[in-house]
Amino acid sequence: MARIAVTGDDAVALAAKAVNPDVVAAYPITPQTIIVERFADFVADGEVDTEFVTVESEHSAMSACVGASSVGARVFTSTASAGLMLMYEIVFIAASSRTPIVMALANRAISGPINIHGEMTDQMLLRDSGWISLFCEDNQEAHDQTIMAFKIGEHPDVLLPVAVGLDGFILSHAIEGIEKVSREEALRFIGGERKTDLKLDTSKPLSIGLLHLQDYYMEARAQIKDAQDRAKKVILDVFSEWETQTGRKYEPIESYMMEDAEYAFITMGSSAGNARTTVDELRAKGEKVGLIKIRVYRPFWSDRIVELCKNLKGLISVERAHSFGGPGAILSQDIKSALYGSGISPLLAEYTIGLGGRDTLISGYHGMYNRAKKAFEEGKNLPIFWWGVRE
Amino acid sequence: MNKGGAIMTINVPKYKLKDLVDKPTYFTGGHRLCAGCAAGSMARQVTMAFNKPTMIFNSTGCLEVASTIYPFSAWEVPWLHVAFENSAAVASGVEAAIKAMTRKGTYTAGKTDIIVFGGDGGTYDIGIQAISGAFERGHDLLYILYDNGAYMNTGIQRSGGTPFSASTTTSPAGSVIPGKTQFRKPITEIMVAHRIPFVATAAPAYPADLIAKVRAGLDVDGPAFMHIEASCNRGQRFDPAKSIEYVKMAVETCLHPLYTVIDGEYTLSRPSERIAKDPSRKVPLVEFLRKEGRWRHLFRPIERTDLIERFQTEVDKHWEELLVKSGF
Repeated sequence: MARIAVTGDDAVALAAKAVNPDVVAAYPITPQTIIVERFADFVADGEVDTEFVTVESEHSAMSACVGASSVGARVFTSTASAGLMLMYEIVFIAASSRTPIVMALANRAISGPINIHGEMTDQMLLRDSGWISLFCEDNQEAHDQTIMAFKIGEHPDVLLPVAVGLDGFILSHAIEGIEKVSREEALRFIGGERKTDLKLDTSKPLSIGLLHLQDYYMEARAQIKDAQDRAKKVILDVFSEWETQTGRKYEPIESYMMEDAEYAFITMGSSAGNARTTVDELRAKGEKVGLIKIRVYRPFWSDRIVELCKNLKGLISVERAHSFGGPGAILSQDIKSALYGSGISPLLAEYTIGLGGRDTLISGYHGMYNRAKKAFEEGKNLPIFWWGVRE
Repeated sequence: MNKGGAIMTINVPKYKLKDLVDKPTYFTGGHRLCAGCAAGSMARQVTMAFNKPTMIFNSTGCLEVASTIYPFSAWEVPWLHVAFENSAAVASGVEAAIKAMTRKGTYTAGKTDIIVFGGDGGTYDIGIQAISGAFERGHDLLYILYDNGAYMNTGIQRSGGTPFSASTTTSPAGSVIPGKTQFRKPITEIMVAHRIPFVATAAPAYPADLIAKVRAGLDVDGPAFMHIEASCNRGQRFDPAKSIEYVKMAVETCLHPLYTVIDGEYTLSRPSERIAKDPSRKVPLVEFLRKEGRWRHLFRPIERTDLIERFQTEVDKHWEELLVKSGF
């Protein structure tokens, strides 16, 4: 495999190029713009067979994707922040229409005030939409997960759209080395063309998107719930096949130094990088600390989190997101829900970090750890705290 | 736009009603549109123009809601509803997908006609951005606006297509404000301004003309737009038996003249051409306004001749402009 140095956006664009989708419909927004620019280059140079629909808004981008997917096409798009906000109405319909669109999200803060830098709140709000939601720690993961997303979403047991999140600027614009997957390898993995029976077909007329009243709406929504449940097995299978084909191992929830850990960070995306380095430094000082990284945010692997927390004294939740007025931030609410009633209840410190792209350096992780450990030793939880906010 | 000197490659077929009676329709009975709903007549007539694989994309609205209450559908061709404001974008994606998949050999139905149905709310107002985008990009589809002059599905609220002085639930005729105070957007002219190859108006009172225009719009290579007047007896307040009669009056008063704009060239269709040649055939607007309850306040308790004249002046102005554009 060829090893190349690219930005996160380029890594995603190259994955889309390898997949050679039938339709890409997208609209420019920082920090995902490089993805569509690069893809436009591939179209202009005849390197893909894709119809590139340069829509007039993100709302129309998602709408065109739903239309294209409804006739059986393999479809890709990408956006961020305000673009995703504008799409939201159709994002939910994409799930209920069972259109396995793949969407890369260069996670960015939501206005207002307007800010173009990294934050995960945009994608985390997908949690109730029916989308499969994946996060990436580095550019290799962004590249690989974009390809794997097609296989997960298109699986007949799933038939749901998939979002692949990469931290805005921190990944989207940072250059790293990746092993590039070729078209031949990508298509060998996901299949040369999308196969589905649920599509608009002039030889078998079908109506899609009907009015469901009180008598059928809950059943239609329950089918999405069931598909999310079935997706767990499909995701495990796809990750395992990917490891066989590429040698790169993926797990829905990953653990680091957890075997004898008394305390652990739990986080998502690129934050796991700094957390891991912090764990290494603390381990060198004899601290028994580990890391849990959530790769697949929906469906949520509650049982795996419970299992990893079994021997912990304290858990430190760190996320680039917040829920105003909520009982914690967004991920930390999920973690508390997962643990409730499990009989496993480590003490918990909840942190919101890095909103709008504010750096949280390794020294910050040490600070969060020391503050949490002190509370844990006193037998106390620490409620949600915004790390690094000036008074 | 090669106006005047254009080489006419788009022909509107000439149909006779007796040739059409045996044409299959793909919009079946059993739908739940109201008795006397002109949108139902319109939909059936549109499907009579089909002659090859065809797909329909329907914006949220009466036609969508009433034709597809799960688990029933009145459509015998592939049909998709996604949302209210985005059907032109949905159809753009479909057209692109068919193009790409045909190229790759994974779509084998051949040339497929794409029709979008949107109401006046979905077209004049909330959907106009998606339509404008789709037309600018040049997707090969026919967008059909069926215009009943208000958001009838949600309960008769005013839209950008509601005619002047009509009473709706959000522009009610009150003791101070006499219904809608604005004229409707010149939606057909807005679409002509996109310089798409085919724009036409039609009305289900003239089925042969309507069906021929649908066929021509589908045969055009590129975007096509039709503005079809489709009365709503519930919202416009009249006897359900009069739906087609009153649609015809909209044409005869020149409130909704019938014409085509093909590659920028305006041509009056027969019913409007007759009026152009013999202006005495033009029915005074006041006769139409008297028929429908949405304008009752223009006659009771006192006749608002000021408003009626203002409305007539506006209609005359647009009709005169159309006459000039179409060479009269």
